[in-house]
Amino acid sequence: MAQSSESPFARRALNLVRLGFNELTVPVLAVVTALVVGGLVMLVAGGDPLLAYLGLWEGAFGDAKAISETFVWATPYIFAGLAVALAFKGGLFNIGAEGQLAMGAVVAAWIGYALPGVLKIELPAFIHIPLAVLGGAFAGGIWGAIPGWLKAKTGAHEVINTIMMNYIILLIASFLLNGPMKDPNPLNVIARTPSIAESARVPRLLPDLRVHWGFVFALGVVVLVWWLLYKTTVGFEIRTVGTNPNAGQYAGMNVAWITVLTMGLSGALAGLAGTIEVTALNYRHELSFSLGYGFDAITVALLGKTHPVGVALAAILMGAMRNGATRMQFLTQVPVDIVSVIQSLILLFVAADVIVRFLFRIRTPKQGDAMMTRGWS
Amino acid sequence: METNALELKAITKRFPGVLANDRVDFQLRKGEIHALLGENGAGKTTLMNIVYGLYHQDAGEILVNGAPVAIRDPNDAIRRGIGMVHQHFMLIPVFTVAENIILGTETVRHGVVLDRQTASARIRALSHQYGLDVNPDLLVHDLPVGVQQRVEIVKALYRQADVLILDEPTAVLTPQEAGDLFRIMRELTGRGVSIIFITHKLKEVLEIADRITTLRAGRVVGTVTPAETDEHKLAAMMVGREVILTVEKQPAQPAAEVLRVEHLRVLDERKVPVVNDASFTVRAGEVLGIAGVQGNGQTELVEALTGLRAATGGKITLLDQAVTNQPPRPIIERGVAHVPEDRHKHGLVLPFPISDNLVLCTYYQTPFARGWQMDYAAIDANARERIRDFDVRTPSPFIPVESLSGGNQQKVIVAREFSRPIKLLILNQPTRGLDVGSIEYIHRRVIEWRDRGCAVLLVSAELDEILSLADRIAVIYKGRILETLNAVDATREQLGLLMAGVTQTPAAQ
Amino acid sequence: MSLPRFAFILLTVGAIIATAVVIGGAQLPAALILVSMIRTTLQVATPLTLGALSGVYCERAGVVNIAIEGMMLLSAFFGFVASIYTNQAIAGTEITPTSTALSLIVGVTVAILIGGLSGAFHAALSVTFRVNQIISGTVINILAIGLTGYLNRQLFFQGQVPHAPGVLPTIHIPVLADLPVFGKIFEQQLIAITAIVLVVLTHFVLFHTPWGLRTRAVGEHPRAADTVGINVFKMRYANTIIGGMIAGLAGAYFTLESVPSFEPLMTNGRGFISLAAMIFGGWTPFGAWAASLVFGAAQALQINAQGFGIPVPSQFVGMLPYILTMIALTGIVGKTSAPAADGIAYEKTGG
Repeated sequence: MAQSSESPFARRALNLVRLGFNELTVPVLAVVTALVVGGLVMLVAGGDPLLAYLGLWEGAFGDAKAISETFVWATPYIFAGLAVALAFKGGLFNIGAEGQLAMGAVVAAWIGYALPGVLKIELPAFIHIPLAVLGGAFAGGIWGAIPGWLKAKTGAHEVINTIMMNYIILLIASFLLNGPMKDPNPLNVIARTPSIAESARVPRLLPDLRVHWGFVFALGVVVLVWWLLYKTTVGFEIRTVGTNPNAGQYAGMNVAWITVLTMGLSGALAGLAGTIEVTALNYRHELSFSLGYGFDAITVALLGKTHPVGVALAAILMGAMRNGATRMQFLTQVPVDIVSVIQSLILLFVAADVIVRFLFRIRTPKQGDAMMTRGWS
Repeated sequence: METNALELKAITKRFPGVLANDRVDFQLRKGEIHALLGENGAGKTTLMNIVYGLYHQDAGEILVNGAPVAIRDPNDAIRRGIGMVHQHFMLIPVFTVAENIILGTETVRHGVVLDRQTASARIRALSHQYGLDVNPDLLVHDLPVGVQQRVEIVKALYRQADVLILDEPTAVLTPQEAGDLFRIMRELTGRGVSIIFITHKLKEVLEIADRITTLRAGRVVGTVTPAETDEHKLAAMMVGREVILTVEKQPAQPAAEVLRVEHLRVLDERKVPVVNDASFTVRAGEVLGIAGVQGNGQTELVEALTGLRAATGGKITLLDQAVTNQPPRPIIERGVAHVPEDRHKHGLVLPFPISDNLVLCTYYQTPFARGWQMDYAAIDANARERIRDFDVRTPSPFIPVESLSGGNQQKVIVAREFSRPIKLLILNQPTRGLDVGSIEYIHRRVIEWRDRGCAVLLVSAELDEILSLADRIAVIYKGRILETLNAVDATREQLGLLMAGVTQTPAAQ
Repeated sequence: MSLPRFAFILLTVGAIIATAVVIGGAQLPAALILVSMIRTTLQVATPLTLGALSGVYCERAGVVNIAIEGMMLLSAFFGFVASIYTNQAIAGTEITPTSTALSLIVGVTVAILIGGLSGAFHAALSVTFRVNQIISGTVINILAIGLTGYLNRQLFFQGQVPHAPGVLPTIHIPVLADLPVFGKIFEQQLIAITAIVLVVLTHFVLFHTPWGLRTRAVGEHPRAADTVGINVFKMRYANTIIGGMIAGLAGAYFTLESVPSFEPLMTNGRGFISLAAMIFGGWTPFGAWAASLVFGAAQALQINAQGFGIPVPSQFVGMLPYILTMIALTGIVGKTSAPAADGIAYEKTGG
């Protein structure tokens, strides 16, 4: 019989603590290094880094409102970061979170403002909200599943296809938001949808702050994704196929299906990012497209070491920086764009962890876990 | 005394955790064929990679023609007249023969333009001179392995090598092709080239070498001539004790037919037919060995049988039910276990813990899962039990399987595959690259399962393995089963001829 | 580059231009539309062609480059900055022919150097540190967006901004440019012409010189190259830097040839389109060029759609090349394959 010191639970708990500590070291030091180098960039360009970082902190966590805004900013990063992280676990590089997000936003907005009219019924909130949220997630999922299917069927690389699909949805959205879905309000001159119905709006958490139930939902999804990846047979299949697809095939897993499923789930998570922005924050979709979210999501996923909990932490950090940046610019005249510089440095130091390990003299572990996609074949 | 073409003095090379070469001394006389004999992992290839400048020794000295030299990279080696034919050919498949040969020593016209004509002419001249038939204008990926090997030799000669290292050159050849290679080697030594011939095949060594140096666990055991030794003595030098090359077993008690393969046809990645009209049966309680030189369709045959590759024709019947082109899972569930050829590619998920690898095929079944949810308590318990039963040497069931030695990794696969209710065991090169202890262990287990009434299909390029395990032997050549013999009647020579495609009756067309 | 793929690409370009001629022909003379379409196609395909060539160099040597976008953006910015400050140094607030010429030369040079520098950075990350190459490229892309956005605001949103010296001159190709009607096609600006020269030059270098043979060897089977004494790391560094320099020239197109100004995010995804064009074109210089022309033609149609009275919403025309790329990737129209070792860091197994 197992002795107490050998009990699986105690051992697992101990491992978890040790693992958590080891796993955190590099990301934390990467962020610190990035802030230092970012400060040097500011110095060179004639800014005051200390003042700027003070502003950044104040803007992000200075008061209740700041914290609320940080969570508001973090919400889409959590979803999009989870999307990229889940794909990584499945051995896929989803560079199309941006497009899947846009897809989700367009569909959620349509369900939000047009569906009751089309169905000619009043939808109660407890039906309308889930309908909009799930509809957007589903649409994002389809947009992600297409490159997954192409990869499984023809071997076409998902990196290129997700980039191509980013542009395609951009153009589709541009057509829709300038045409059939354009806000008919005579004062409106920009490409945006009408406001969604009250019944489709996700309520706020607290009366005077913008932080909404979407943030709580996002944290719930973090747990859900963790459970899926590490506690279920599907998660085992996703991780196996992601690490060694040949072994997955050998073990009788349906590799093609798992590939489509992984990209579909990844797309759905990204779709949720767009959906929540529409239903909980902006109450409409506006055409403002850049590769920003897609890249941010990659940073979040890698900074979070592709672990759902890590992703949540990284997303809150990113949200804090984006949110605090506005205040920083107001206080110190350092342009908000410095946050993008710092972000790219974070990604650099997380990805090239050799640099951080060298700077801080940390031992290199024997082996990392995720096999990421390389090359085009 | 004549100087040596190459001399190594006290070469030491350490890799993390392994002493690959330990004060190795070695002399290559001018014009001799000097065999470097040793088991997989004995340090032969490491030593030669040091000579060729791919690795650097931690200590020791290299002398070429009596003078100490520093070999920092392959350029230095090439400049000193050292050429090497690697076990895995260093040819670029999409390049022509000529492009492969001139790569790195190109000649140019007008200062910048590649001079392909002159190169081709020189290659033709060289291949004529040494009786090495190669066409410089063909693409390498269209050439058979034997010809690719000749290209490698020409590549070395083109660089005016007078010391030639051949690393396991016969692994991919039939005995007859190996004979051709030996003829070429004699031709080369006749013209003053000195050859180091790396192998672990005792018979070849005795046939071709002038002298034999044996390495074991990174150290030189001794240097002898073929006249003063024999297979048993060499084997003992190689493994450090008298090896029992045969497995003790009772005659087979074949029962009902388990697997029937009829007129099977399979294509490879390039859509070339590699299994052609193959037919055979395996019955419960017997071992059918598939003998053949590597690359004659064995890989694709096994992949088709296990559902990993589509068959384009023919029929596979498993326990009276057609399973042709079924996906792997139903085949596994009907009781097929598969020890794959490449354990890293198919058999294991290297970064996953041992415990997860032990349920790779059964993770979704009770007790390891209930519905969607995995039961890690059951998976952990299973891991402890398997590790104990199959003597896997590991500090913990939860470390990544990649941190185990090759032999223990293979034991993990065997532990997994032998622990289900199985009717048919398919083994593809089950002991390649393993130490003798692991080989004996796996062989014993296979016979054990045969005696419990399991049907066994053994694919191996090692004739010795086939001869010691199989009850019947089917010889595969270019994707055809040329003949099926009873193991007791089969001779090595007869099998060798069949493996080269030579049949007594010229009917098999 | 397979022949069916090549034929498919050229037919598509022809079809797009023919569409414009047929539909627009109702209002305008066909020859005018034809010439205008071809001329615009060549113009707007320029950064794509260069970007795709950049990718060809990198990936033939085994380094995946999704950082073309970022390299272009960095070069566009720094080239532009260099040109305006050079002009200011020479002529103050004036713009003279000499100051224009000199500052454009400096601008283009700086753009190429910055491209080369970012290529070296990409090589350091992916060759030396063996960072996943797609991530390494992403780092450069984000860095480029952040750095150019930040410096743009820091430099140009306060105080006096120097004047831009203008754009690169149009070259009148002798004989060809004198042809009646079609002569217009052969009046192109400097980088547009250089791009086409580079296509031919790259083909020659890759397939007819020792350098090209070694580059391809390193991208196909680095260990084989290593065993014949080729320095894999050096070849990969050199080609990634060359690729970066060509991407830098593409960056110069935006701020020194197309318009004399810088806007944040002005490359607008054309680096990614270049990447698609390179893959569409099967990793060959001519293929990459032809594929860039497909994207160029679609863009030309979009630009001219309104003038020609074409009734399809411009977004759908714009979508065409992306969809075509996705179709091409499925391998339906002629299979091509990436260099075998593309994207895989090389590791010497010994010490």
